[in-house]
Amino acid sequence: MTLVCETADQAVADVADGSTVLVGGFGMAGMPVDLIDALIRQGATDLTVVSNNAGNGDTGLAALLAAGRVRKMVCSFPRQSDSWVFDGLYRAGEIELEVVPQGNLAERMRAAGAGIGAFFGPTGVGTPLAEGKEVREIDGRTYVLEYPIRGDVALIGAHVADRMGNLVYRKTARNFGPVMATAATTAIVQVSQVVETGSLDPEAVVTPGIYVDRVVAVGAARQREAS
Amino acid sequence: MTTVDARDRTVEHTDRGPLSRDEMAGIVARDIPPGSFVNLGIGQPTKVADFLPPDSGVVLHTENGMLNMGRAAIGDEIDPDLTNAGKIPVTELPGASYFHHADSFAMMRGGHLDVCVLGAFQVSAAGDLANWHTGAPDAIPAVGGAMDLAIGAKQVLVMMTLLAKDGSPKLVPECTYPLTGLGCVDRVYTDVAVFRVGPHGATVLETFGISYDDLAARLDVPLRRLED
Repeated sequence: MTLVCETADQAVADVADGSTVLVGGFGMAGMPVDLIDALIRQGATDLTVVSNNAGNGDTGLAALLAAGRVRKMVCSFPRQSDSWVFDGLYRAGEIELEVVPQGNLAERMRAAGAGIGAFFGPTGVGTPLAEGKEVREIDGRTYVLEYPIRGDVALIGAHVADRMGNLVYRKTARNFGPVMATAATTAIVQVSQVVETGSLDPEAVVTPGIYVDRVVAVGAARQREAS
Repeated sequence: MTTVDARDRTVEHTDRGPLSRDEMAGIVARDIPPGSFVNLGIGQPTKVADFLPPDSGVVLHTENGMLNMGRAAIGDEIDPDLTNAGKIPVTELPGASYFHHADSFAMMRGGHLDVCVLGAFQVSAAGDLANWHTGAPDAIPAVGGAMDLAIGAKQVLVMMTLLAKDGSPKLVPECTYPLTGLGCVDRVYTDVAVFRVGPHGATVLETFGISYDDLAARLDVPLRRLED
């Protein structure tokens, strides 16, 4: 059952210290900035964050890092022109980093959400990122054993939700949202609008509400409702 | 222009200088078969899109979750929810589609992409690729989709200058930088030559501003001509 929250603070109120938090977004597209800001206010710390990047600029994930709440980043591409917050923490030895190839990051979360115990994938064979991992030859090709990545919590940015938690996304802001929603014990989604059940075309729903635990409307739509 | 696939002899263009960056992108675009599904890596390979003929029917894939991506967005077209893998705002073409990340990478791993074009620090004669990490102790490792792309696309093209800034060749007998993928590169497009690489070593398909013999003298990699 999906809970429609009044505020982002309410949506993240019970995130525990030490949680693994899956954070959606590719750069700032799909980044659940309001949920992250609420998590900073909430105070949970010693977090492991799984996200494609390690923060951009000073907002969103970068702000969570800057607040000192993240013990470990699991991501594919931390280093960017605007990743100064992460870069500083990493060089100072104040944050752990696990680099995962982008497709493995997605597929390992997909596996978690789909109840797959592990899978053999071709990515990274013979590279430093496969060192120490079990390999197997299948039909003449070498594969690496990869384990699922599960989250205690997923923070996701989608476009519109209905009251049952069905989600639609916008353009490339979809990115990790649908996969992360399946891979976390508690999936928390910020949207620009929560509409009445029945307003979304069932054929257009990308994430069915079964995966979604909490939704909250943020931004312009929220402010319109409040005024 | 003749694509490299249509050739049976190494062509030496000694009546001109090396290729400019734009010309390199143009040569790569020339060799992408019409109607291909193509992923262009971040940075220099992105330029290839500018040289694909409008009627090529090439569909561009961006790994953050889109097929039939259009050109870079300008002015009012800029939409923070619509970017390419380099996080540059882009546009969509008619027939575009969006999908999530696991689907996007399944497209690569599943062998559905025809071509990807990547940059590189080093490529070996056997087609090993090193393009994600210099191994320098102070470098922050960042792999992104490079390893998935390298093993996923049916044809992997690398686009790079032949020489590094320090003058050392980037086409090498064995990569010394950490690997991105083993034996995954099919062709290497450089400013002075196009090479086929793989289990049979490096074959020169075409040279620009240098003769085959001068090129062979400069590299530690044994070369052969297409007609050999």
